[in-house]
Order: sequence, then C-alpha cells, then structure tokens
Amino acid sequence: MSDVAVTPSPAGEPVELDIAPPSSPLTRARHAVARSAPIFAVLAVLLVWIAIENPNFTEPPGFLAFLKRAAPLAVLAAGQYFVIVSGEYDLSVGSLVTVTVVVAAQWLGDNPESTRLVLAGVLVIGAAVGLVNGLITTRLRVPSFITTLGMLLILDGAVFYWTDGAPQGNLTEGFRTLGRGGIDDVPGLEQLPWSVVVFVIVGVGAVLLMRADLGKQFMAVGDNDRTAELSGVPVARVRTIAFVLSGVLAAVAGILLGGFGGVSAQVGDGLEFQAITAVVLGGVVLGGGRGSVVAAIAGALTLEALFTLLNLLGVSGALEDAVEGLIIIAAVAFASYRLRSDR
Amino acid sequence: MRKRRWIAGVAAAALLAGACTDDSDDASTSDETSGEEESAGIEGGQDSEFFSQEEMDAQLAMRDATPEGPADKPWEQAIEPSYVDTAEFAQPGGGWNVCFSNAATDNPWRQVGFTTMQAEVELHPEIADFTVLDAEASDDKQISDIESLTGQGCDALIVSPNTTATLTPAVEAACETGIPVIVFDRGVNTDCPVTFIKPIGGYAFGADAAEFLVDEVEPGGKVLALRILPGVDVLETRFAGAQQIFEENDIELVGAEFTEGDAAATKSIVADYITREGGLDGIWMDAGATAVAAIEAFEDAGEEVPPISGEDQQDFLQKWDEDGLTAVAPTYPTYQWRTPVIAAVRILNGEQVPSEWNLPQPKITEETLQDYLQPDMGPLHYALCGCEDMPGFPEKWQ
Repeated sequence: MSDVAVTPSPAGEPVELDIAPPSSPLTRARHAVARSAPIFAVLAVLLVWIAIENPNFTEPPGFLAFLKRAAPLAVLAAGQYFVIVSGEYDLSVGSLVTVTVVVAAQWLGDNPESTRLVLAGVLVIGAAVGLVNGLITTRLRVPSFITTLGMLLILDGAVFYWTDGAPQGNLTEGFRTLGRGGIDDVPGLEQLPWSVVVFVIVGVGAVLLMRADLGKQFMAVGDNDRTAELSGVPVARVRTIAFVLSGVLAAVAGILLGGFGGVSAQVGDGLEFQAITAVVLGGVVLGGGRGSVVAAIAGALTLEALFTLLNLLGVSGALEDAVEGLIIIAAVAFASYRLRSDR
Repeated sequence: MRKRRWIAGVAAAALLAGACTDDSDDASTSDETSGEEESAGIEGGQDSEFFSQEEMDAQLAMRDATPEGPADKPWEQAIEPSYVDTAEFAQPGGGWNVCFSNAATDNPWRQVGFTTMQAEVELHPEIADFTVLDAEASDDKQISDIESLTGQGCDALIVSPNTTATLTPAVEAACETGIPVIVFDRGVNTDCPVTFIKPIGGYAFGADAAEFLVDEVEPGGKVLALRILPGVDVLETRFAGAQQIFEENDIELVGAEFTEGDAAATKSIVADYITREGGLDGIWMDAGATAVAAIEAFEDAGEEVPPISGEDQQDFLQKWDEDGLTAVAPTYPTYQWRTPVIAAVRILNGEQVPSEWNLPQPKITEETLQDYLQPDMGPLHYALCGCEDMPGFPEKWQ
C-alpha cells in the first residue's frame, strides 16, 4: 500500500502526524472501483435474475418503472453517503421524509395552488433539520448517532402530535407529478418518469460534488478529522454541510415518495435503516473516509432490486426486514474483512 | 410502526458499535435480531387462533335480520337484542360525570368517531362532565387510565379497549367498583360490562367484500388480499370470513400482503403482483385507507382497475364515482361512537339497554354510492359517521 493517507486511523487513539497530502484523484478512483466492484457485480446478477423472472423488465418501461421506484431510496442513499463518508450517521432521514409528506399535505390542503412554494418550503425544512443536526453534532459535540436518533424521535413525535397519526389535507396532482408523472412521448420510451430525471440529476450532482474540493474535504474529514483539521479543513463546517445535504435530499425523497403513494404518516418508517444498508452495501466504510457515491447509489438499486426479486419469487414482504438485517451484517463483515486484508 | 423505528435505531447502534470496535480485536458481535417476523404467506385467517365458525355463522345471519329501533338512527338500533335491567344504576336528575377511556385516536377512523362522540355528549345536557383519557395505543397506559378514572367519581365508564385479553382484568376491576361500564368497538373477555356495543363484526365485513368479488370475478379469477397488519381480532376475522368464501367459490387468492396502512407500500405491492401474475382480477381489502393507492397502481401500470373492495372513506368513494369503478365498500360504521353515550344516558336514567348491542353494519354499493358522497369533506372522512345532523357539522369534522 503506497497511499498511507487513505488508511483510517482508529478513532480515539493518538494520531501519528500523518501529513501526507490526500492521494491523487487517480489512485482514489482506482481504489473506489476496487472497493465497490462487488456491488456492481451483485447488482448485475440481480437485474439479470429479475429479467429472467419477468421479461417485461428488459423493455424500457419495465426498467424505468424499477428505477422510478428505486429513485427515492437512491436519493436518500446519496444524502446518507455524504454524512457517512465524513464520519457521521444520519438516522433522522426516515422521519424527515414523513415530515415532508405530512407538512406538504397540510400546506397544500390550505393552498392548493401554491405547489412551487410548498416544494421550496419542504426543501427548506429539510435543510433546517440537517443544519440543526450538524450544529448539535459539531458544536455541542454530541455524537451524531445520538443527535439524529433524538431528531428521529422528535420529528416522529411531532408528526404524531400534530396529526394524531392521521394526516389532514391532500397532495395535489401538481405536487404529485414529480413522484408519479413523467415526460410523455420520449423517443424510444413510453414515458420518462420525473423521478428518474431527479434521480439522474442527484446522481450526477453527487459525483461532481465528490470531485470538487468539498467532496475531498468530506473524505478527508471522515478519514481522519484531526489530520484534516491540521491541514486547514474546517471540519465542523464540512460535516455540517454533509448533514444539510442529507436533510435536503431526504426532503427530495419525501417529495418523490409522497408523489408516488399519496399522503401517509407511515411513509418514512424504516427508511433511515434502508439508506444506511444501501450505503454499506456499496462498500462505503462506516466511520468515514472510504467509498464512492456511485457505489452507494448502486447499493440502493441493489437493495430495491432484491426486494423486487423477492416479491417476484413470491417471498413474503414480511421477510424484507429479516433479509435487510442479514445483508447489512454480511456487508459490514465483508467490508471489515477487506479492510484487514488491505493492511 | 413505532417498534420498527426502534429496531432500526437499535440496529444502527449495533452498527455504530461494530464500526467503533472495527479495528480492535474483540469486535463484539451484537446479539441484535433483525426485524419483527410477521407470519409469511397466506396464514392467519381461518387457521388463526381468532377463527370461530360459530361466530362467523352468527354474524352472517345477523346481516339479514331486521334491527329494532328507529330506521333513520341506525346508531340507536339493535339486532336481536336481549335487554338488561339497569335500575340499580339510576341517578335521576342529571349532573353526571361520564368518563371515557379511549384506546387511541391515531387513525382517521378513530378521529371521525371521537369527534362524533363528543358531539353526541353535547346533545345531552344531563351529562355535566365528560372526562376522557387517551391511552395512545398503549395497553399499560390504558390500564392505569381506567384505574385513575374509576378513582375520580365517574358515574359511568365507557371503554374502547386497546387489546382484548390484556384489558380484560382492568375492565373487570372497574366493574367491581359498582359503576356501570360500557364497552364498545373492540371486545373484552368478560361479561361484567352492562353492555357491549359493536357493529355486526369482522366476519360480516370480510364476507360482504368477498361475496361482491365472487359475483364480479370470473371463476378461477386471481384476487389479491391487502391487509393492514396481523394479530388484531377485528381484522383477522375480516380476512377469515373472506378466505372461506373465496375457497367455496373457486376464487384464487394469489396473495395476502400486509401494507401497514402505508400508501406507497400498497402501491408497490400491487404493482409487483400485477407484474408477477400478469394482471389481477380483483382486490380485497380489510380496510379502505389505502384503496386509492391500490387503484393508482393499476392506472400507472396502464391496466384497467378490476373489481375492488374498499371502505367508506371519501377519497375512495369519490374515486369510485369519478372513474366508474366496479367496487363495494363494506363499513365498520363510525356512528357506533354515538351509541355508548346514548347507552350511558339510558343506564343512568335506569332504562333498559341490550346486553350485547349489535348495530347494523351497512355496505355501500353501486346503487347507494351517491347517498354517501360528500365532496366537501376531507379525503379521510368516513361517510357513515351518522353525524350530518349534529350541531357543528361539517366544520368540526373537517
């Protein structure tokens, strides 16, 4: 191993002065591919398997329907990736999705005409929740696991208190277009779903961001925050930005999910766990500093493909939780095995 | 659903612990178990501990009986009642404190019901105080709620139990204090309450929907059952009733899936079944809250919506009307929330009440649909609230 800087130092131990410059983009990319190649292989196998079970899947509409359904989780996984790669966790995203849907329904119930304003409003809520998560974690030094678990409960309780478990109002057709509608008459496709467009934009944006300075700072902070600080990275600010991005993307996922399914006070249940599972599946190392955002998104697609396949095979949806549990343990075990053999 | 959250949290905690100890040698294996295991496939229903052929036959028979009481006030009607004397509880003159231990108000059905109940209380000036404790869907809280209410001078106690078995001792203890106890909605395993009020029941609900599908779906047709969650008696009996009728009539039940009342989950499940089965010939639901999501799954797949059973929620009724669907809406009428208040007044006046007060349980069909459409009400309003002539309608229910 040549690039020592990529090896994470165990948190809490004295850090050797590890002032080697961040590795070059090329080696970084090489490592990202090496680390995440398994997920692409697994995804490919699952997609082929689905196609065998369901020939419709090879047609554009069938595949787009799959992407449309996977889009919210992929967007959430991208947000979760920023937080995890910079060394933190965000457990509040599931309840934030619920807040987005419930608040949007309430606002639209009062003002059915103001779709854009409501869309902007829920994105601001997402950013604000992320900002609070980030500030509490970095300034008050509360571990992010506790901060965001607390936030999960606060948001959950607030929704429950506000709606008594039964949200009022309704999501208008205009609001739901993003999650449900699409661009008609695209050549070669029956319809290009808006959620796929959003998914692609978020994906491309995330890749560009990770190539920019900020992305490198996320990576450096997650790899070793003291080293990063010594090299002049504003650690607290960078991590806070990661939380804000996660919050905004959770709101985007909420907009897509609310559009897909309509109002529900259960829409976000368990999504934080699915998002973390997706990121871990993508080979991103918990604790930060390693893994690519493309692989994290591929992890989300893999998880969704697995659920689709289980359903096609007639495995009860009730087993999804159990399967998810197995996967996350297996993925972390695999990752730590690789980490050890790397050294 | 809240439980799932905690499981997610605990699992993530285990992950975090795993990550922190990743580099040390004693990476402790957490003994976290994954997810709550729900019964897979088509279980429950007839095979479940809740099934009783005798009770099912009784309920199916009750559907054809003519109820006693005023036809324009179904919440005062009773099917085949046997009356009990209540002279011992009489407190002429009014000024009563009526207490209510509510299981929860955590879904639209209960919200509409509770609003209706409060409006009913206002119709009776003899009720001076109406004391309510909400158990927030917790057995423990409801047990202490009932204890606390019996200790604060209630003249009558109304209970809507959270679960059957666990609340039974609490209700028995309340009976022993000598105040009249009225149980409604879900039952308890004791006959100590003066009256137990409920619509006909789950078997009849499930059967109404299943019989409609038997009529509308060709023999051998494929029907998907959508259920909220397992293990609740009033929902298990709905499925059991339907399952028996499907079996007897050559309808293929291709699946029974739990939606947890989530619209997006419902839509995904239905979309998957459309793909897997190459189309569906009918949808049976044990509750209508996500019926519109199920319908949208067919729309988005470019398929015609097959015959479907829902419930008396406005969003479903309006969709049914606008799109000219083939549908039926069995009901578990929210007007049953009026009856316990009426029962309390009668008991405290020393008048007789039925010991088991079975209310009529109508279903909305193509012919009667127009009578139940209320475009001004919210999408989650239940049409059979029996509240249209009450003071404050419609504002209080919106």
